[in-house]
Amino acid sequence: MVDLWSGLVQAFWLVVTFNSELVEIALRSLRVSFTALLVASLIAMPLAAILAVKRFRWRRVVIAVLNALMGLPPVVVGLVVYVLLSRSGPLGVLGLLFTPTAMVIAQVIIIVPLIASIAHQSLRDLWQEYHDLLISMNVTQMQKVTTLLWDARRALLTAALAGFGRAIGEVGAIMIVGGNIDHATRVLTTAIALETGKGDFALALALGFVLIALAISVSLAIHWLSRTEREGSW
Amino acid sequence: MSALFPVVLDSAETARRGQVLAGPVNLTLDGQGICVVLGPNGAGKTSLLRLMHGAARLTAGSIRWSCPTPQARRAQAFVFQRPVMLRRTVLENLAYPLRIRGVRRREAMQRAADWAGRVGLGGMLDRQAPVLSGGEQQKLALARALIAEPALLFLDEPCASLDGRAMREIEEILLAARAAGTSLILSTHDMGQARRLADEVVFMLHGKVHEAGPAHDFFNQTATPEARAFLHGDIVE
Ligand SMILES: Nc1ncnc2c1ncn2[C@@H]1O[C@H](COP(=O)(O)OP(=O)(O)OP(=O)(O)O)[C@@H](O)[C@H]1O
Ligand SMILES: [Mg+2]
Repeated sequence: MVDLWSGLVQAFWLVVTFNSELVEIALRSLRVSFTALLVASLIAMPLAAILAVKRFRWRRVVIAVLNALMGLPPVVVGLVVYVLLSRSGPLGVLGLLFTPTAMVIAQVIIIVPLIASIAHQSLRDLWQEYHDLLISMNVTQMQKVTTLLWDARRALLTAALAGFGRAIGEVGAIMIVGGNIDHATRVLTTAIALETGKGDFALALALGFVLIALAISVSLAIHWLSRTEREGSW
Repeated sequence: MSALFPVVLDSAETARRGQVLAGPVNLTLDGQGICVVLGPNGAGKTSLLRLMHGAARLTAGSIRWSCPTPQARRAQAFVFQRPVMLRRTVLENLAYPLRIRGVRRREAMQRAADWAGRVGLGGMLDRQAPVLSGGEQQKLALARALIAEPALLFLDEPCASLDGRAMREIEEILLAARAAGTSLILSTHDMGQARRLADEVVFMLHGKVHEAGPAHDFFNQTATPEARAFLHGDIVE
């Protein structure tokens, strides 16, 4: 109880005084997760749309695999990425291990299945609604995809938010591939793990509150943006 | 005018999971004016229209247009019994067929606004299409089908949820389209509408074409007792 309280107090002071270390870590968290979100969305959303409109032989298998990969253990992803990027690994020459880029790669792998699965569900429903009309209008595959993505953009935002939440709260994979190096790859979650390990619960809690506050404000900001865009539509 | 016609259906049939929805149909249409497809519920009117348009799979027989089928498909539009609304504004719905054909945004929007006015939706350009009333959606669907100037327009019960005035407006638009050289194939339950619009009649029963011919003949000297019963508003078995 005392820990929780002093954590709150410390978090408050860290935030209001713009503690430089905290700001640096928080900004790095945001940057890594937003980059991962951007890359993952660029992969997952078109993939989800193609899965919705195209009938090919392995479609069901791909969907099943995507759904299964949603529950992928991040530690395993971290391990695989680590092996690939390590100096003796196939991508070792790139020298990416223990850099923010490696963390982005791991997060992308973790959230692509999540975003694609959620997006696919809403795109599939929308496609059922649009199917007859778009077929009748002879639109190209590409036009089907862009039409669906545009008209389902609200639901896609929700999918993206889920991905962002998973990315920014993730610790296992980025700890392995990032190494939690001070001033280089330390982010909120890995810092929390470190401080907890050191027994500095107050600081760990402070970081935790900042993390939660960040996640909530990003979510609110995006929802607010999407509401103003569609003002008075439904 | 339209290089699509005549179209010849030769034992054409559409089935789904082994159950025949319509067919086998033998029919030749020359696309002069308005062809009205009549018949009781479940007779296969929707299925026949979809089959001809290519929206339902041809499972037996053949359909031959006077030009290659892909070209014929591109020259057609379809207004569904249950209108499909894109989750966009009225204006964007109308502009959509033009935009996918590569018309520039400005011009597409201008023509969309023009068509919205013609079907009486001029006051609600920025409203989201899915919140329109049933009748307004039907008008929007009609305008969206006509905006790309198809050579042939299919309409599946275009006036099913319209009041008398809206129906008259729609019929005027359809007659104007016919005057401009568009061929129309429409299904309806409304005998009054059939009499007002039809140049040709196709009477369907149990998935097959029961009787087909010029509207004048059909309404004045019906050949079969079933069609006569239908015209008198009796229940057709
Ligand atoms: N997708 C489908 N799967 C199974 N059966 C279908 C399907 N579509 C239509 N049917 C059946 O095929 C028959 C013909 O249907 P269709 O919709 O063509 O009739 P209709 O003449 O248009 O009727 P209505 O006047 O009620 O619109 C009906 O018995 C219907 O239940
Ligand atoms: Mg029908």
